[in-house]
Amino acid sequence: MEFVRSHILVCAGTGCTASKSHEVFDELVKQLESNGLDKEVKVIKTGCFGLCELGPVVVVYPEGSFYSRVTPDNVKRIVEEHILKGRIVRDLLYHETVKKDNISSINETGFYKKQLRIALRNCGIINPENIDEYIAYDGYAALARALTEQKPEEIIEIVQKSGLRGRGGAGFPTGRKWEFAAKAQGEEKYVACNADEGDPGAFMDRSILEGDPHSVLEAMAIAGYCIGAENGVIYIRAEYPIAVHRLEVAIGQAKEYGFLGKGIFGTDFNFDIEIRLGAGAFVCGEETALISSVEGRRGEPRPRPPFPAVKGIFGMPTLLNNVETYANIPWILQNGWEAMAKIGTEGAKGTKVFALGGKITNTGLVEVPMGTTIRDIVEVIGGGIPGGKKFKAAQTGGPSGGCIPASHIDTPIDYETLTSIGSMMGSGGLIIMDEDNCMVDIAKYFLDFTVEESCGKCVPCRIGTRRMYQLLEKITEGNGTMEDLDTLEELCEHIKQNSLCALGGSAPNPVLSTIKHFREEYVAHVRDKKCPSGICKNLLTYKILDNCKGCTACTRVCPVNAITGKVKEVHVIDPAKCIKCNACVEKCKFNSIIKE
Amino acid sequence: MPNQKTKIPFKGTPEQEKKLREVIEKHKDGKGSTMIILQEAQGIYGYLPEEVQLIIAESMDMSLSEVYGVVSFYSQFSLNPKGEHVVAVCMGTACYVKGAGDILERIEKKLNCKAGEVTPDGKFSVDAVRCIGACGLAPVITIGDNVHGRLEADQVDGILEQYMK
Repeated sequence: MEFVRSHILVCAGTGCTASKSHEVFDELVKQLESNGLDKEVKVIKTGCFGLCELGPVVVVYPEGSFYSRVTPDNVKRIVEEHILKGRIVRDLLYHETVKKDNISSINETGFYKKQLRIALRNCGIINPENIDEYIAYDGYAALARALTEQKPEEIIEIVQKSGLRGRGGAGFPTGRKWEFAAKAQGEEKYVACNADEGDPGAFMDRSILEGDPHSVLEAMAIAGYCIGAENGVIYIRAEYPIAVHRLEVAIGQAKEYGFLGKGIFGTDFNFDIEIRLGAGAFVCGEETALISSVEGRRGEPRPRPPFPAVKGIFGMPTLLNNVETYANIPWILQNGWEAMAKIGTEGAKGTKVFALGGKITNTGLVEVPMGTTIRDIVEVIGGGIPGGKKFKAAQTGGPSGGCIPASHIDTPIDYETLTSIGSMMGSGGLIIMDEDNCMVDIAKYFLDFTVEESCGKCVPCRIGTRRMYQLLEKITEGNGTMEDLDTLEELCEHIKQNSLCALGGSAPNPVLSTIKHFREEYVAHVRDKKCPSGICKNLLTYKILDNCKGCTACTRVCPVNAITGKVKEVHVIDPAKCIKCNACVEKCKFNSIIKE
Repeated sequence: MPNQKTKIPFKGTPEQEKKLREVIEKHKDGKGSTMIILQEAQGIYGYLPEEVQLIIAESMDMSLSEVYGVVSFYSQFSLNPKGEHVVAVCMGTACYVKGAGDILERIEKKLNCKAGEVTPDGKFSVDAVRCIGACGLAPVITIGDNVHGRLEADQVDGILEQYMK
C-alpha cells in the first residue's frame, strides 16, 4: 500500500459542486504537482460534510484543518503554507474552529457537537467512488456475516428489536415490513429503494447516495437475503446526476468484487441491482405510484391493500424502503440492535437526518438523535437566524407537513410529537422562517406545489387542492371573508379523509397547521386587509418616510414613474401608479421606503 | 407550468431517427422500458414532439395516447424545445423563503419569456424547477451548467446580459 503523509478531502456533494469545488480540486492537484508533492499528499473527492453554507469545504488530515468557502485562488496558499511548510492558514479556516491560542476540532463546533452521525457516518470521510475505502470502514462485513453465519429470521429480528422505523416520512416499523415481505409468496421478489426525494428542500437521500452509496447497496443485498429476493431496483430522481453516477460506479465495483451478482461470498445467494430514473413527479414518492412508474407507466397511486409486500413491482412481492432507512441497516448489524435502541425516545429510536435550510446561519445537512429539540437544531447546530431576526416557525415534512411555531420550539422531535402539533416528520426537510415570512403565503406556496403535483386520479385531491389554492389566493389578494376561513378548514378535513393516497391525505397539513398556529395572520389578511410580514403584494402600500434625503435614486429606478419629488426634498409615491415591484426599496440607501 | 404542444416545426434529422430506432431496439423487450426509451429519446432530440412519440408508439406496439399519457405526466419530459441557454430557477422551499419568486419575476420580465416557455429567437428558455439541492446557495438559478447562487433580484439583469452576447 502506498504511504502518504497527508490527505486533502474536498467535498464533492451537490452543494459544494455548485459552488465550484471541482475547480478547487483541479487546482489542488495542479499545485501539488508543481511543488512535487503529488506522491506524498493525496487529494480525495468525498461526499457531503453537511455544512453546505460554507462550501466549498476542504479538510486537511492528519491535522483535521477545516477550510471553508475555499476558492481556486486560495489553493496556492494552502499548498505552499500548510502542506509545504506546515503552517495552517488560519484566516481561511472555518471561523468557529479558530480560537485565540489554538485551533479546535471541527467536532467541537456548535454545528457538529450535538450531531450523531449514523446514516451519514461515512459521508465526508471516504471517497464514495472507491469501494476499498468503504471496506476499510467495515463495509460489506455485515453482508458477509449475514450470508455466512446468520439466518434471515435472525436478521429480521435484529432489525425489529433495534426499533428502526421508516425514514421516508410515515415511520412504519422497518422490521415488520421486512417480515411481511419475507412471508409473502411469489415466483420472484423485489427489493426496491425509494430515492425519489421530491420534498422541496430535502436533500439527505441524495447526500447519502453521493457520499456513501455502498451502504445502501449492502443493505439492499441484506434485505434481499432476508426476504428471498434476487432483484433490486433503485428508483432515483433524474435531477440527481452526481448521485446516479456514483451509484453506477458503486454497483460496477460491487459486482467486480463479488458483493453483487451471482454466488455472493461463495454462497448460493444471487442479487443484482438496477437503477431506474424518475422523471420529475412528486407523487412517485408514494409507494404504489413509484411501483407504477418503475413499470414504465404514469406514476399514479392505487388503493391499498394489496400492499407492495404482497403485490408490488410487476405484481410480485416487493420490499420498499427509503435511502436513509437502508443506510442505517449495516450500522445496526455491525453494532447490534442494542446500540440503536439506546438512542432516541420511547417511540422513535436512532437518529434522523434533516436538511436544514431557509433563514438560518448554517444551512446544511444535520443528523441528530431522535428527541432533540427544535431549539437545539435552530440555535446551537443551525447557529441561529441571520440578521438579528426573530424565529417565527420551522416547517417540517414539506408539502405534507406543517409549520411549528415558536411556542413549540422546545418540542423534542419524533414521529408522534410532530404529528400531535399538526406537522409530520416527513422525509426530513426542515425550513426555518423568520418574521419576514408570511404564513398564508407559505401555505399558498405548498398548495401551489400540490396542485401542480396532484396526479389527478382521485377527485378530492385533484379538485379539492385547487379549490384550497383559490381560497388562499383570494385571501392573499385581500378579497377573503371570514367565512372563507371556515370553508377552508372544512375543505381540508374532506380532502384529508377522502383522498386516495398520502399526497392528497396530507396536502391540507400546511394550511391546517398555519391556521391553527397563526390564525391571527389569516385574520389580518381577511379583516384588516394587511399582510403583517409585508409579502402579499396586493395588501401592501409603499411609503416614503420623512428621513428621505431626496437623492432621487428611487425616481430613476422606478419603472412606472410613480415617484416624484425634488432633489434634497422628501419624495412621494403615487399609490395609483405603483406596481409594487420593490425596485425602489432595493435602491434606497437610507431605508426610507417602507411597505405596510 | 405551460407544457402545451409546440408551435415550432419539427426539425428532426435522419441521424437522430436512426439513433432513436437503435435505442428502441435495445430496450424494447425489457420489462417496463417505456420511460427509459423516452428519457433517451429526449436526450437525442432535446424534447419529445408528437413525431417522436409516434415513432415510439408504433415500434413499441402502444397507442399514441398511451405514450402521450406518460410524457405529459412527468414534468421532466418536455413537449417544447429548450432554448440555447436553459435558465432554471430553483423554487424549492429554502429558495422560496429567500425570495426565489422575485428572482423568477425579474427573469421573466427581462427576457419577456414566461416559465416553461422559450424566447422566439430560441436563445433562452425559462423553467421554474423543483429543489436542485443547492440550498446552501439559496436563492439559486442555473443557466446551462453554470450555477449562480446567493442571488438578489437586482443582480439578475446583469447575469442574463452576460449570456445575451
